[in-house]
Order: sequence, then C-alpha cells, then structure tokens
Amino acid sequence: METTTLDPAAAAAGTGWKTICRLEDIPVLGARVVASRQGDIAIFRTADDEIFAMHDKCPHKGGPLSQGIVHGRQVTCPLHGWKIELESGEAVAPDVGCAGRFEVRLVDGRVMLRA
Amino acid sequence: MKRMKLVMVGNGMAGVRTLEELLKHAPDLYDITVFGAEPHGNYNRILLSPVLAGEMTLPEIMLNDLDWYREHGITLHAGKRVTQIDRVRRRVVADDGTGAEYDRLLLATGSTPFIPPIPGKALPGVLAYRDIADTEAMIEAAGRYRHAVVIGAGLLGLEAANGLMLRGMDVTVVHLADWIMERQLDRAAADMLQASLEAKGMKFLLARQTDALVEGEDGRVAAVRFKDGAEIPAQLVVVAAGIRPNYALAESAGLYCGEGRVRGIHVSDTMQTVTDPRIYAVGECVAHRGVAYGLVAPLFEQGKVCANHLANFGIGRYEGSVTSTKLKVTGIDVFSAGDFSGGDGTEEIVLHDRQGGVYKRLVLRANRIVGAVLYGDTADGAWYFQLMKDGQDVGAIRDHLMFGQNHLGDTGHKGENKAAAMADTAEVCGCNGVCKGTIVKAIKEKGLFTLDDVKKHTKAASSCGSCTGLVEQILASTVGGAYQAVSAHDKPVCGCTEHSHGEVRKAVRELKLLTIPDAMRALGWKTPNGCATCRPALNYYLISTWPHEAQDDPQSRFVNERAHANIQKDGTYSVVPRMLGGLTTPDELRRIADVADKYAIPTVKVTGGQRIDLLGVKKDDLPKVWKDLGMASGHAYGKSIRTVKTCVGAEHCRFGTQRSMAMGVDLERMLFGMWSPHKVKLAVSGCPRNCAEAGIKDVGVIGVDSGWELYVAGNGGIKTEVAQFLCKVASREEVMEYSGAFLQLYREEGYYLERTVHYVHRVGLDYVKLRVVEDAANRQALFERLLYALRDYEDPWAERAAEAAAPVLKRQFETLEA
Ligand code: SRM
Ligand SMILES: Cc1cc2nc3c(=O)[nH]c(=O)nc-3n(C[C@H](O)[C@H](O)[C@H](O)COP(=O)(O)OP(=O)(O)OC[C@H]3O[C@@H](n4cnc5c(N)ncnc54)[C@H](O)[C@@H]3O)c2cc1C
Ligand code: SF4
Ligand code: FES
Repeated sequence: METTTLDPAAAAAGTGWKTICRLEDIPVLGARVVASRQGDIAIFRTADDEIFAMHDKCPHKGGPLSQGIVHGRQVTCPLHGWKIELESGEAVAPDVGCAGRFEVRLVDGRVMLRA
Repeated sequence: MKRMKLVMVGNGMAGVRTLEELLKHAPDLYDITVFGAEPHGNYNRILLSPVLAGEMTLPEIMLNDLDWYREHGITLHAGKRVTQIDRVRRRVVADDGTGAEYDRLLLATGSTPFIPPIPGKALPGVLAYRDIADTEAMIEAAGRYRHAVVIGAGLLGLEAANGLMLRGMDVTVVHLADWIMERQLDRAAADMLQASLEAKGMKFLLARQTDALVEGEDGRVAAVRFKDGAEIPAQLVVVAAGIRPNYALAESAGLYCGEGRVRGIHVSDTMQTVTDPRIYAVGECVAHRGVAYGLVAPLFEQGKVCANHLANFGIGRYEGSVTSTKLKVTGIDVFSAGDFSGGDGTEEIVLHDRQGGVYKRLVLRANRIVGAVLYGDTADGAWYFQLMKDGQDVGAIRDHLMFGQNHLGDTGHKGENKAAAMADTAEVCGCNGVCKGTIVKAIKEKGLFTLDDVKKHTKAASSCGSCTGLVEQILASTVGGAYQAVSAHDKPVCGCTEHSHGEVRKAVRELKLLTIPDAMRALGWKTPNGCATCRPALNYYLISTWPHEAQDDPQSRFVNERAHANIQKDGTYSVVPRMLGGLTTPDELRRIADVADKYAIPTVKVTGGQRIDLLGVKKDDLPKVWKDLGMASGHAYGKSIRTVKTCVGAEHCRFGTQRSMAMGVDLERMLFGMWSPHKVKLAVSGCPRNCAEAGIKDVGVIGVDSGWELYVAGNGGIKTEVAQFLCKVASREEVMEYSGAFLQLYREEGYYLERTVHYVHRVGLDYVKLRVVEDAANRQALFERLLYALRDYEDPWAERAAEAAAPVLKRQFETLEA
C-alpha cells in the first residue's frame, strides 16, 4: 500500500484545502490516517457524521489517537486511555495536553482537510 | 417549562450528596432551596476529628463552599433552622420567618447528640461533639483549661479524647460498659486498644456511672462526680454517649417517626416517607426497615437511590447496608464490621499476637464471614468486609484467610501491603508512579470518597489494578468508615449507565438485544454512544449471548481486536502466529524468518506462551505479513483464547502418562476463535510433574495414569492464584467436553474483563461443579452452545489478507492518499 503526501506547496502556504476521501471511507465512530508533511493526521467521524482532525499523536505519550475508540465527541487513546476532545484536541480533565487540531470540512460527501 | 420546586431541610453530608447525585441526573428539573441550621456550606463532618487533633484545618474540610450553591443555582439559607412544615400548603418556615414552597421536600436533618439526664448537664463547659461550633469550643477550651473528661468511649468519644490530648489536655475517658467501644470491639481487641491509648497518655475509668457534673466558683463545670462518690476535676466535659435521629421537625408535621426503640423518620426503599409521598428523607434522621445508620457510607447509598427517584427515573431501591468502622486515631489501627458476638452456629478464627500487638478475629457462619474485628493490622479489613458483603463462600480459602489477601499473591509493590505503615513517599501504584502522599492529599483536598474518584484524580489503580487493595486501604484509613468498597456486583459498568454488568447481561438475554444502539436504548444509556469502557463490554455481551445473530461492532472493540495485532508503545504492532500446543515445523520457522527479513521486523521473541512474537510491524504491513506467513492468528491481542501450553508428554517423555501435546493441540483447535470476557489460557501436562504449569491456568489439564485431572480458575498474572481441582475424567472426549462446558459457563456469565479466577471467586466453585460436573445434561448443553458459537469462525488474518477481502475489512490498514 502506498502513502502519498499532501500537496507540499499548498501545505506550505497553509491555505490549501485538499480532498482526502469520501465520508463513507471513514467508519462511523472511527478514524482514518492521512500522511502529511506535519506528520500523521487523524480524521474522525462521529455517530452524527461530524468530522474532526488532529495530529495522530496523543499529548500523553504520543499514542496513535486514530486507533482509539470514538464516543460522543471524544476519542479514548489506545495506549493509556486518556480522553481527547475531538473539537479542540484538548485532553479531558483531570489530564492536561492538546493534540493540535486541523480544519476539516465536508463538501458534498467529500472530506476536505486544510493542513 | 416551569420547574418543580425542591426544598431541602438540613445542609449536611447526606442531603448535599443527594443533591449532587440529583444534579448529575437531572440538572434542570428543579428550583432548589436549602435550609441549613449551621452558618456554613457543606463540610466533611468526619474530618472534624483531624481538625480537633490539629492535623487539618477547617477550610480543608469544606466539601461544598458557597460558590458551589451559586454555580448550581441553589438558594441557600445558611444559619436558618426550619421550625415548621405545612404539608397542606406545602411550605416550610424557618425560625427567622423565611418561608419556601415545595413540590417535593427532602429532609436531611441528621441526628442530635444524646445527653443523658445528668444534673449539671447545662453548665458552661459541657459540650457534645457534633459540629464546627462544638469543635471550635473544644479547641478554645483546650487552650485555657487543663482537665477534660469525655463521657462515652465509643468512636466519637475516643476521637474527641485523642484530639484534646494532642492539644495538651489531661484527658480521662469515662465509660459505663466494662470495655471501650463495646459495640464495635470484643474484649480482647478493646483491651489492646485501651493499652495503646493509655501509652499515649489517655486515662480511663470504666464501668463508672456519672452522678453529676459539679459547678465551680466561676459558674463553669469544675468536676465530675460518680455514683460511688469519687470526683475528678474537669473544666471541659464532652458528652459522647450516642446520637439520636433528629426527627422532631418531621414528627411535628405528622410524619410517622416510629415508637419505642426504633425512632426516626420512617421511609420506604425509595427513601420516601411512609406518610407523605411528596416528602423524602435521607441520612441519620431516617429509620429504614427499622435501622438508623450513623456512618456516611450507607447514607450516601440512600442519597443515590433518593436522587434517582427525585429525578423521576424510578429505578433503584435502597435495601439496607452492612457497615464497618475504623477509628481515626493516627498510629492506631482498629477495624470492625458486622456481627462479632458469635453465638449459635458460628465459628471463629482468631489470631492473637500479644507481643506484636496484633489481634484478628473472624466470625463465620456456614462458611461465610459475618463479623470481623481487627486490631494492629487492619490491612485486610476492606477485603474481609467485601467478602462479608458479597456473602462469599470462603471454604476454599479458609486455611489462609487469616493471613490476608496479599498472602494469595501480589506483585509489583515490593511486597508492600500495609497502607498505614507506608511512608508518604512510598510508591503505591507501580504502573503510574503514584506515591501514598499524593493519594492522601487528593483524598483530603478534593473530598474523595470512592475508589473511582481516586483513580480519576491520581491515576493510581487505573492501569493494571494490582494496587487497588492498597488504594482502598489508604482511602479507608483516611476517611474512616466513610469508605465503603463497592462490590462489582452492583457497580455500574461505567459513568454512561446506572446498570451493573449483571443487569446488562440479563437484559441482553431477556430482551434479546442484538445491536449496541438497541441495548443502549433499552437500558437508558446516558451518553449517545457510550465510552471506551462500556462499548467493548456491550459488544461482548451481545456476541456471546447471541452468536451468529448479534452484530459484532469493530468500532466497539479495542484497537488490538480491530487490527488483529497488539499495539506497541510506538504505534507499531506485534504479530503472534498460532502454534497449536506450542508445536511448530521447520517450514513455519523458515517462513517466519523470511517475513522478519522481508519486512525488516526489528524484534523476534519467544513468548511466555510457547510461540513466536514478531514485534515492531508497521500497521500498513500487517496484511502482507499475514499473507506471507500463511499461519493463523494467535489472538495474542484478544479477550479470547490465547494459548494452550503443553509439555512433551507421553509422546517423548520418559515420565509421561498421557499424550499431552496431542491433547493440547486438540483443545486449542477446538477453541479457535473463542471470544471471552477476558483472555483464556490453558495448559496440558503429561504427568503430575506438570512442566506446562497447568496449575496457574484458566483451565489446567494434568495427565495421570488413569486419565486426566482438570483444574480451573488459575491465574499467573497480577495476582498469582492456584487453579482449583474441578474433577477427574477418563477420556480425551471428556476433557474436551468438561473444559468446553466450563469455558462456556464463564463466557455466558462472566463480566467483561473478569478472568476465570474472579468469576469463580464470585460464583463459588461449588456452583461451577454443580453446573458442569454434577449435571450431565447441562454440561452437554453448555458444550453444544460453545461449539455452536465457534462454528464457521474464519481466521481473521486470512480474511483480511485475502485479495478479495471486503474493503471494510481492509481499509483500516491503509493510510489515506490525498
Ligand atoms: C508477549 C508476552 C510476553 C512475552 O514476551 O513472553 C505478553 C505480552 C503482553 N501481555 Fe502478558 N504476555 C505474555 C504472556 C503472559 C503470561 C504467561 C503465559 O501466558 O503463560 C501471563 C501470566 C499468565 C496469566 O495470564 O494468568 C501474562 C499476564 C498478563 C497480564 C495479567 C493478566 C491477569 O489477569 O493477571 C496482562 C494484563 C491484561 O491482560 O490485562 C498482560 C498483558 C500483556 C500485553 C498484551 C499488554 C498490552 O495490553 O499491550 C503485552 C503485549 C506486549 C506486546 O506489546 O505485544 N499479560 N502474560 C506473552 C505472550 C504469550 C503468548 O504467546 O500469547
Ligand atoms: C466528629 C465526628 C466524626 C465522625 N467520623 C465518622 C467516620 O469516621 N466515618 C463515618 O462514616 N462517619 C463519621 N461520622 C458520622 C458522620 O459525620 C455522619 O454520619 C454524617 O455527617 C450524617 O450526615 P447527615 O446529612 O445525615 O447529617 P449531618 O451531616 O449532621 O447534617 C444534618 C444537618 O442538618 C442541619 N439541621 C438539622 N435540623 C435542621 C432544621 N430543622 N433546619 C435546618 N437545618 C437543620 C444540622 O445543623 C446539620 O448541619 C462522624 C461524626 C462526627 C461528629
Ligand atoms: S509484556 Fe507483560 S510484564 Fe512485560 S511490560 Fe508488557 S505487560 Fe508488563
Ligand atoms: S499515549 Fe495516549 S494515553 Fe498515553
């Protein structure tokens, strides 16, 4: 399986919206990983088909958040169970830390990411 | 929508806890007004003792400050005592004329100290010990006077005496009975306690009846006189002769408050007063099924049930509590629970080490603990109490019961097992590096009462859980009897629901629930799609109860079971192919070697489970690795069958009596693809030398000349537990059937993440024997259900590696392309 990097020019300019996949390519209450120049980005889909994106790196010890369990608007990290808010990338109290979010939007069923 | 009006009378521990629970369920249902006779927010009354002893300060023991009431929109009338309830107009009125109307009324007026009718009891300098004002008055007196007398050597009296002594007073404790704390301790333990308190400087006058409190020249109390004429000086007298439910207000409003010995506001199991369904009551003011409680643990349980009904959920009943007590005197460990008076039909186990200052007495009835008194070493108090509350049959562990839970094996804390004796800097939780001081501080500062709270705030006991017992002890010794271990039986699965594992299992079966959304709907889940704790549990209950019918939901499985490999700390995976019975072939080994080369797999390791682990595989490579290996999944990642370890057995070994390798291979093949509440490991040894270590497996099989011995519920992990003998069988077929039936019983009844050892502890080995050994028809039925569930199971690796695999199966391994 090959992995492609996001358009480097657009990423550098910080303006480029890129189509990543279709909504149905992401499982409900699941996630997919996008390789980017800024490292792996996790894109999550909630039960209500909202989508969110953040670094695929838990603020605790770098666990791959994309592999966690999604519930409500949170994901539980697979390594030690921190909960991260999908909207902000912030860890749920009493834990502290932020995974850093990216902008994503849904256009006609296409998932677009700005990274 | 117009909100209902809830008025609460009594701003103490039970009442406010009820409000907290209510706000969790239904934050917007009521406009809430609270009347409290004390001019404070809600504070932790229990910790008045450390305050008196100078170990804590008043601000430290506040549980809900005035901001809390404001934030939750609660109108608080602090310092106003309600004097009248008008049940017709549904109104209460306080002593200063403040009134409030209610739709529902909650009475939580606590109790009042009982002061015996002794002449002189109204003199200045004579106090009870109940609230902040009393504590302040005692502290003030300790600064000015020398002699104090405490009347009553119960918990409260001794804690008061200890505090006054630490504040420099000369303290004598006067007690009517022949020994101290006679309601909680037997004579032997009481004598030991008295001796150590005397060593600290406390004086005792036992079997003494007070005749009068004598007035001094300044009008203040000056001495205590006894019936025998003797007199001792006292400028401070603390009366701690017991408490009485404070029901006067309720009784004046016509609510039934009992008569004779059982007095208190009478409530039903829903915490509603028996007289007026609009009026609820909780706490020490209540008499429930003829019992008035004086410790917070049961009161909090009442609060939980009451909140549930106030929130209109209508589930949950309070059915009474078993209580335990601990004396909060620093440096002294006393624990008591249940009925230790002995008597007909009871037996006792006693350990008495006078020199070492340790006394333990357990009272058993029909192999169940009904009472416990511990002195000097209370480390196992919480454990005994749990066994007692669960009514667990202790027959099997009876010979080492006395030596405590840790005697059953415990790793990872340097063998440390006495919370009280540990230094603040000692590490309690080896996984998260949390030391005792951090836990104690969090408990005190954040007002934590439950194990869950402590886990959340400190992370202690939140990983492998082996330090749970220690953390419970620390909780118990910090908050005293307020700590009540929650039994797994009735603990909710997680914060998303009120239901316990048992209730969920039952509902899945009885309502034939087939999907997670259905189950959540039917059971009134509080969150839209659960959390990482409940979803995997629900998923397991569905697929184990309704195999081939319920929908298995990959998104509700932990990543390992979704990716069919074990996630590593760096996000790579490990791959453990199945080697039935630990047997392999040159061809398999060659393929493993080739795969390791081809995919640059950094580590190849022989596991403790007799097979080979390829560690550090990139997720994207997994399907290719599986394809090239051409071996089946070893499920090293699953709550499922793991390994069947074997020894060489009669096939080769000079001692072997049975062909253990073949038996192991057959068992492992039969169980392929078996999901279970937790992982399951088996072992088969060819003779009693037991080289396959069958004695610490979920199912252990040991060959003997005449057949096979079967052992169940062993565990070699966090807490090493030796497997228990189930039965002996003659043939290979019987080994398969009995082991299969036992595992199916566990699959159907075990709670998620409960290993066989915990399951069997919970239900008892006798029960397992009854269902699996003695009842042949049931055994066969169980076995058939197991085989049915396992029928047609596909190797997940082959499935996902196949070219034609469904995209949903494959896509998780693919990184997206932009
Ligand atoms: C690979 C292996 C260690 C090794 O290199 O030998 C291993 C590795 C892990 N064990 Fe183990 N256990 C391994 C044999 C054991 C054994 C020995 C045995 O099976 O004979 C035990 C004690 C026996 C027992 O289970 O009773 C054992 C008791 C545990 C426990 C404690 C279980 C308990 O109930 O007490 C855990 C924690 C858990 O499962 O919750 C655990 C958990 C783990 C996990 C899965 C931790 C995790 O969740 O990531 C480790 C995965 C490592 C990884 O990254 O791949 N491992 N683990 C062994 C795999 C055997 C296999 O072939 O499948
Ligand atoms: C010094 C001390 C140590 C203790 N140690 C322990 C221990 O280690 N473990 C343990 O489990 N328990 C302990 N307890 C007992 C525990 O504190 C009580 O069980 C618990 O506080 C009872 O809660 P409650 O809400 O029923 O009553 P309270 O907490 O007493 O609250 C009742 C409140 O209602 C107010 N009130 C009464 N009538 C009216 C009215 N008409 N109008 C307005 N307000 C009114 C009272 O002023 C009081 O503030 C201890 C108690 C004391 C005093
Ligand atoms: S392999 Fe087992 S014992 Fe070793 S670190 Fe991991 S969980 Fe702990
Ligand atoms: S790395 Fe995410 S919880 Fe530890």
